[in-house]
Parts: sequence; C-alpha cells; structure tokens
Amino acid sequence: MLLGGDVQPLAAEAIACGADTVILAEHPLLEPYTTDPQTKVMAGLVLEHKPDMLLLGATPNGRDLAGRLAVRLRTGLTADCTDLTIDEKSGLLVGEVTGFGQGILATIECPRHRPQMATVRPGVFTRPQPDPSRQGDVRLVPVELSEADQRVRVLRRSTSKGVDITQAERLVVGGRGVQGDFALLRKLARLMGADVGASRVAVDQGWVGHDRMIGQTGSITRPKLAIVCGVSGATQFTVGIQDAETVVAINSDREAPIFETADYCIVDDVFQVLAPLIDALEREKAGKKG
Amino acid sequence: MPGLHTIVCLKVVPKSEEVSVDPETRTLDRGNARSEINGQDMNALEAALDLKDTYGGRITILSMGPPFFEPFLRLGLAMGADAAYLMSDRAFGGADTLATSYTLAAGIKAIGGCDLVLCGEESSDGATAQVPPGIAEWLDLPQITYVSRVQVMKKARLLRARRQLQSGYEMVETLLPCVLSVKLGINEPRFLDFQRWEWAMEEAPVTVWTAADLGLDEGYLGLPGSPTAVSSVGAAPSAQRRGEFLSGTPQEEAQQLLERIRPLVRLS
Ligand SMILES: Cc1cc2nc3c(=O)[nH]c(=O)nc-3n(C[C@H](O)[C@H](O)[C@H](O)COP(=O)(O)OP(=O)(O)OC[C@H]3O[C@@H](n4cnc5c(N)ncnc54)[C@H](O)[C@@H]3O)c2cc1C
Ligand SMILES: Nc1ncnc2c1ncn2[C@@H]1O[C@H](COP(=O)(O)O)[C@@H](O)[C@H]1O
Repeated sequence: MLLGGDVQPLAAEAIACGADTVILAEHPLLEPYTTDPQTKVMAGLVLEHKPDMLLLGATPNGRDLAGRLAVRLRTGLTADCTDLTIDEKSGLLVGEVTGFGQGILATIECPRHRPQMATVRPGVFTRPQPDPSRQGDVRLVPVELSEADQRVRVLRRSTSKGVDITQAERLVVGGRGVQGDFALLRKLARLMGADVGASRVAVDQGWVGHDRMIGQTGSITRPKLAIVCGVSGATQFTVGIQDAETVVAINSDREAPIFETADYCIVDDVFQVLAPLIDALEREKAGKKG
Repeated sequence: MPGLHTIVCLKVVPKSEEVSVDPETRTLDRGNARSEINGQDMNALEAALDLKDTYGGRITILSMGPPFFEPFLRLGLAMGADAAYLMSDRAFGGADTLATSYTLAAGIKAIGGCDLVLCGEESSDGATAQVPPGIAEWLDLPQITYVSRVQVMKKARLLRARRQLQSGYEMVETLLPCVLSVKLGINEPRFLDFQRWEWAMEEAPVTVWTAADLGLDEGYLGLPGSPTAVSSVGAAPSAQRRGEFLSGTPQEEAQQLLERIRPLVRLS
C-alpha cells in the first residue's frame, strides 16, 4: 500500500523491488503524513483486502500509525522487530524483538487476530536489488477524505534529505563523549568514505539528526567497519552495531562496556587519537595524488 | 476560567541495567532489579507541571500496575501533581499494548476525562511506543507523538507542538483535548517539593481501582485481552569480537589501528 499526495512514481520502484501488487491511495490530505487521514484510509484498505499480515517501518511516523491502526483493527502488533520469520507448522508470523537489559531477545506471535501486525526496524533486512524488468499490478483506489478527518494540522516542516545509515558500508559513530564536536568525526568519515552515526544521547542533544541514530530506537546497521567514539556501549546502542563486521571502540574509560563488543579497543581521549589517524590518511591520500 | 486538567500516564520500570537473563532457564530475571519511574514519563510529568505553572489547573497521575507502584506515584505527587490513580488487579496482568491502552483509556474516562493526556514516548521495558496512540484511538482523540516542545493557547484551546521526524521535525497544532507522547530528555524534571512531602507520602489519596470497580469487561483486559503472545525469551547471542587492546601514545594507537583497518578503508 502506498499512501500519499503524489506517490505514483514510487509504484514502479516497489514492483522492481519485489511487490506483486501496489495499491495506490492518493489525496492531498495524505501528504504530509498526519495520523487521522492515514489511519482512516489504511484501515479501510485492510478491511477490504483482509491481508494476513501488515508490516510497517518502525520510523517515528510508522510507529505513530501502527499503534493507532492496531487498536482500530483490534489486532495485535509486534513493535520494532529485528527479524521476521514464518513458523513452518503454524504458518504464523514470528516477530523477534530485543528487550532491555543485557541483550534480551523475545519472539512474539499473534495467533488469533488478523492482520498480524508488525513494525520493522530500519535496516534489519537488506534492501532488494531492483529488477526493472519485473512486472506487477498497480491499482489506484478512490480516497474519500475531508478536512474534518484531519484533526492535527502541520504548520511547518523542516526535513533534510535524510541519510540512510542502514546502508552504510562504513560508519564513524559519536556519543556523548565527543561533547558536541562532530567536526573531526565528519572529517574522518569524509576521508574514508563513511557515514556519520550517533548514539541516542548525541541525537537528543541535537548534535546530529535523528536519522543518524544507531540502536534500539535508531537504526540497525551492518557496516563492514564501525569506528565508535565516546559511546559507553549500552545494550540499546550495541544492538544497532552487533552485525557490523569490524568494530573499533575509542573511549577514555577502560571499564566502558563498549569494549566488550569491539574488535579493536583504544583507551584514550577520542580527539587525541582521531587527529593522528586523520593525518595519516591525509598523507596517504596526498601521496597517491602526487 | 479554570486551568488545564492534565492526566499523566506514568509507568514504573525496572532499572534496565539491573535486569538480566537467567542463563539456565533463559527467562527474565528481575529479581534484583530496583525500580524507577520510566524516564520519559518523568519528562511528561515535568511538561505537565510546567503547563500548570503557567496556566494553573491540576494534574492527575494514572498508572496501571502492581501495588508496589504506589510509592512511586506519591513521588509524582510530591513533585507537584494533585491526585493519583493506580489501576491494580490480577486481571490486568500480562496485558499487551492493546489491553494496556484499553485499560488506561478506561481509567481516563473514569477520572472524568481531561484537557490533555501526557505520556512518555516509550517505556524502557516495553519500548513499543504504542500505548499513547492506542489510548488516543480508544478515546477517539487526536494524537501527537515524539513531542519535544509544547505550547498551549488556552483561550483558543489550541495546542502547538514540535514533533520529531525520521530526518527533521515539524510544528503541528490541534484542539484540546488530545494525547501527547514526549521524548526522553526534553526537560529537566524538577526536584521534590519538600513542603509537599508529608502530604504526598501520608495524606494524599492514591485511589486504587480494580477491574470490578470500573465495571470493565475482562475479555478486554490482561492476558485474555491481548492478541499478541510471547513465544520465547532468551539472551541475545553476542557476536564474537576480537577484543584486542591497542596501546601506546595516541599516535602509536592510531598507527596500529590504521594497520589493522586499512583494508576496510576506501580513501575518498
Ligand atoms: C527504551 C530505550 C531505548 C534506547 N534506545 C537507544 C538507541 O537506539 N540508541 C542509543 O544509542 N541509545 C539508546 N538508549 C539509551 C542508552 O541506554 C544509553 O543511554 C545511550 O546509548 C548512551 O549514549 P552514549 O554512550 O553516547 O553516552 P554515555 O553513556 O554518557 O557515554 C559516553 C561515553 O563517552 C566516554 N567519553 C567521555 N569523554 C571522552 C573522550 N574525551 N574521549 C573518549 N571517550 C570519552 C565516557 O567514558 C562514556 O563511556 C535507549 C534507552 C532506552 C531506555
Ligand atoms: N502500565 C502503564 N501505566 C501507565 N502508563 C503506561 C503504562 N504502560 C505504558 N504507559 C504510558 O505509555 C508510554 C509508552 O509506553 P510503551 O508503549 O509501553 O512503550 C509510557 O511512557 C507511559 O506514559
């Protein structure tokens, strides 16, 4: 289901990525996202098509919609899944979720209510390679909405293009320990073809955007290399990098738990270490050019 | 004109760093974990107190949970809330977000409604962020989630909020009453007011409600009212990491690191 103001161009992309049928619902009140119109339209489509499962992205808006829709449909919703499987015997959707504390994993099912709803953490599944030759069905459905269906009005939005750190091959990650100074981290990232990621504290402080948050509330990433600077290593953070191939941790506290989930550990001030690292890379780069 | 009546939905959670998985039984061990008020809910309470400071009115705390929640609700009273209700009944046990939001919405109706419901963005143990939209739907009220700033124009009964998006933020407005969920850390929760302490701890009524008190249908409550079921719980497998400590001066450390990660770096 594609809901929005002008989403037709996205239908071909969805089909190329594996969708068989795309249901398009277009209406000016569906753009930008607000809860009431989206819930109304999506609930109507679900009642009409009666899917077994309904999956949404676990982004702020995805969670805003899913929580409301599940109650309207009186069904179960497994939030923030880090994996989805189908139980072979029962045919049920099994959602894997992470809990608090020392890395707890639980699986949740919705045996008797339909649809089985789940929101899926950004980045837990690898994005399919689009195949432009794939064929599919696009159905434009009528949408009935009026101003009365929209109780929350968007006055103003400020969005950046947004980065998708779930696809990053390399990450330079900063936490509270970088004390708001992401300049060196950005420089290193630029130099080595990496994206900048951050812990929740760094995002909540406003040092970088929400789209760069790694972890339980943020994104699950799976880079080849992650250099993690000034992050203590709470489980809510480390679930977001546990699939990284190589993790480097730089932290001034020898006892920081981040070192338990790192391949290379440096107990030192992050800026003292990054400066010579950047120097060395810059020298190598200059050498190559010359 | 009377002030605002705000209901704050507040949950008590185990301190997450003190919860573990029993390696034998692979079940959750909360045995030694101390409890605290969910961090985001403290921010919701502070936001409510801030509105009360500006516009007057009163604050009601609402919570669903076991009897040991009560002293925590009293802390909220000592901070400045006026009344507290604890929905506590075995019938509420095992509630998922559908049943929890149903129960809390029923509590809000029983209190007699309000101008504003304030929740935390998510709870540190449930961490679903679904309860606030659920409450809003049961009450048929507008919702604004992931709020980092609130402003009320009381005369017009208009509320403006700044709301977090995946890559940015938006300013939205709606008419009261409505349901909000606030982000962790949007304000600095105040200290207890020691002049309220004795009243809060001893005199203030904390009303405890059972399902029967409110005439709630048990089919909607607790385990029977929950469409989702936990099918397994266990410790997350931890990736095997090398755990190699590099040492020396920062320069030497950087050099050793570079030798090890050089194949993974593409100079650009
Ligand atoms: C429900 C819930 C969901 C959450 N989801 C997430 C999530 O998705 N992502 C997330 O990141 N967090 C999440 N958290 C928060 C998480 O528990 C931690 O609070 C957070 O990850 C800590 O961020 P931090 O490591 O940057 O800060 P801190 O824990 O404060 O750590 C800062 C570290 O920097 C080090 N340091 C300080 N100065 C220097 C220096 N000069 N050089 C080197 N090191 C230095 C310190 O030794 C310390 O270890 C969540 C929490 C809850 C309750
Ligand atoms: N048992 C409960 N009692 C009171 N409030 C709750 C309860 N469960 C959830 N909430 C509220 O809903 C918010 C989100 O919780 P959750 O959906 O569990 O992540 C919390 O921050 C609380 O404000």
